[in-house]
Amino acid sequence: MNIIVCVKRVPSTETTVRVASDGKSLEQSGVEYILSPFDEIALEEGLRIKERLGSGEVSVISVGPPETATTLRTCLAIGADKAIHIKDSDVYKRDPFSIASALASVIKTLPYSLVLCGKQAVDDDNAQVPAMLARLLNIPYVSVVTKVEISGTKAMVNREVSGGYEILEVDLPAVLTAQKGLNEPRYPSLKGIMSAKKKPLEEKTVTFDELSLETIKMEYPPSRQAGRIVGKGVEAVPELVKLLKEEAKII
Amino acid sequence: MQPILVFIETSDGQLRKTSLEALSEAKRIGRNINVEVIALIIGDKIASFANELSSYGADKVLVAEGGDFKDYNTAKYTRALLTAVNKTNPTALFLSATPSGKDLSASISAELKLSALQDCISISYENGVFTVRRPVYAGKAIITVRALKTPAIITLRPKVFAVGVPENKNVSVGNLQVALTADDQRVGLKETVVTAQKKVELTEADIIVSGGRGMKAGENFKVIEELAQVLNAAVGASRAAVDSGWRPHTDQVGQTGKTVCPTLYIACGISGAIQHLAGMSSSKWIVAINKDPESPIFKVANYGVVGDLFEVVPALCQELKKPC
Ligand SMILES: Cc1cc2nc3c(=O)[nH]c(=O)nc-3n(C[C@H](O)[C@H](O)[C@H](O)COP(=O)(O)OP(=O)(O)OC[C@H]3O[C@@H](n4cnc5c(N)ncnc54)[C@H](O)[C@@H]3O)c2cc1C
Ligand SMILES: Nc1ncnc2c1ncn2[C@@H]1O[C@H](COP(=O)(O)O)[C@@H](O)[C@H]1O
Repeated sequence: MNIIVCVKRVPSTETTVRVASDGKSLEQSGVEYILSPFDEIALEEGLRIKERLGSGEVSVISVGPPETATTLRTCLAIGADKAIHIKDSDVYKRDPFSIASALASVIKTLPYSLVLCGKQAVDDDNAQVPAMLARLLNIPYVSVVTKVEISGTKAMVNREVSGGYEILEVDLPAVLTAQKGLNEPRYPSLKGIMSAKKKPLEEKTVTFDELSLETIKMEYPPSRQAGRIVGKGVEAVPELVKLLKEEAKII
Repeated sequence: MQPILVFIETSDGQLRKTSLEALSEAKRIGRNINVEVIALIIGDKIASFANELSSYGADKVLVAEGGDFKDYNTAKYTRALLTAVNKTNPTALFLSATPSGKDLSASISAELKLSALQDCISISYENGVFTVRRPVYAGKAIITVRALKTPAIITLRPKVFAVGVPENKNVSVGNLQVALTADDQRVGLKETVVTAQKKVELTEADIIVSGGRGMKAGENFKVIEELAQVLNAAVGASRAAVDSGWRPHTDQVGQTGKTVCPTLYIACGISGAIQHLAGMSSSKWIVAINKDPESPIFKVANYGVVGDLFEVVPALCQELKKPC
């Protein structure tokens, strides 16, 4: 089974966000980049499915600037067989539809039975590319998946819903998005890192669609009032309740 | 001018509050620019909600009803939504930024060859263009974005927009005939498994009580649950508590969990790591209970109590139970 995992290079979740001098984008200097956490889970699931089936190939694909090659090498070190890099230095200005179209145009040319994505990228928090990809490829789509079992040309998946989960039967190929709880991602092993160097990393260029969204400003969230300590231990409780009632007027 | 179309969700046999928020915002903008607001409701046995939708601002209600729509299904609901969009040719489509709202906004956007504006916290319309503000990096920054194409597809973050005062008026109800294709039937629901009874959805809760590593064990969450019960609150958790297996993943608050903005967030035994703060710093009021006065959580807490949560939380419960 051929599995494609879409991965994005994003600022580390530790990043303290600073606005760049253009007033509408992230100041890049000093920012460390990582593989988006939900994509790590998607990749892990791809590898586990391949291992369970005992055959197949896992390819990772990413649209991103030249530095994305590092992220893709990490994926190869973790265990992916191949990587495809759609080179684009303007990726952080693009909108989800143009990214999804770029991915679809390349994925269409490949053999695949399953496409795995993260449930959202932790930079733009868009949660749009995977659903769009499914429409563009004209295949089924299930989001926030916490379990996947492949049987033949179908998959049984669990999808998170409030207060529980749904069990769904899905025709393959399909796009599934990984939610926390699906698995615990592995780390690259030393052997993996060594063999990654020899694995294929193919570069592609595509023509992007025109933009449908334009970011005109980036700003900081309203700053919170400095914190205030009400008191210590149990003695502080009556005062806390009084403040909640009289000042915050919540209870 | 073309109308604003609003996608309405129900849960537990009621209109979702977040859908009423979206409808109220559509009404506010619709009245300003003098366009009609059309509410679209998809489901099984849902036509009875038309009057209520009208009282919250819908000038028309479209109903896509039937067994096919009993449970949310991205492909089937996208088909219904597409049918409604083709019929009404809206200038904007509003949905709630719930899991289904986000799925649908992306799915229909792809059909219309444009992108959606996800999880918006404010919306304005000027000179024919919708402009929104939305958080990125889990709330560490806010961007202002303009829709360059029509319709503007916008999901509204729950609990940010106010629900308007209902008023009595007559409504015209239209049935939407939806022709599902074979491609729409490739995902089938086998079973819905309920793991938590009467669960308040974290992102829609007014009050959240969260526990972190300071809870020390899963069973100790009963003190948190008791406090949550007294306050009619939802229970949340830090990643440390989730990764320890004390709480389900659905309870995680933070950059890789849920972004929440309740009226009151009570953090118990949570240090306030940057990823946790990202998910809850936009709460209106924050209370922190932590034994370490140096914990970063105190920097964002309106009210901090330095102390052992196993003493403070039960005492807080008792105090709240006292008759006024
Ligand atoms: C990629 C990535 C994504 C992440 N995403 C998230 C996320 O979405 N959400 C999230 O929460 N974290 C996230 N984290 C983890 C985050 O960095 C922290 O590790 C985590 O938030 C710590 O949880 P905590 O505050 O419960 O635990 P700790 O930092 O260990 O804090 C425990 C606190 O409990 C206090 N305490 C202990 N005992 C008591 C007691 N008896 N009474 C009162 N106080 C007590 C201590 O003083 C301490 O402050 C992420 C990390 C990474 C790398
Ligand atoms: N530039 C990209 N390259 C490859 N995959 C992407 C890219 N952007 C988003 N994705 C995929 O789509 C998922 C959701 O991203 P988003 O819609 O941006 O929140 C990510 O977790 C990835 O799996």
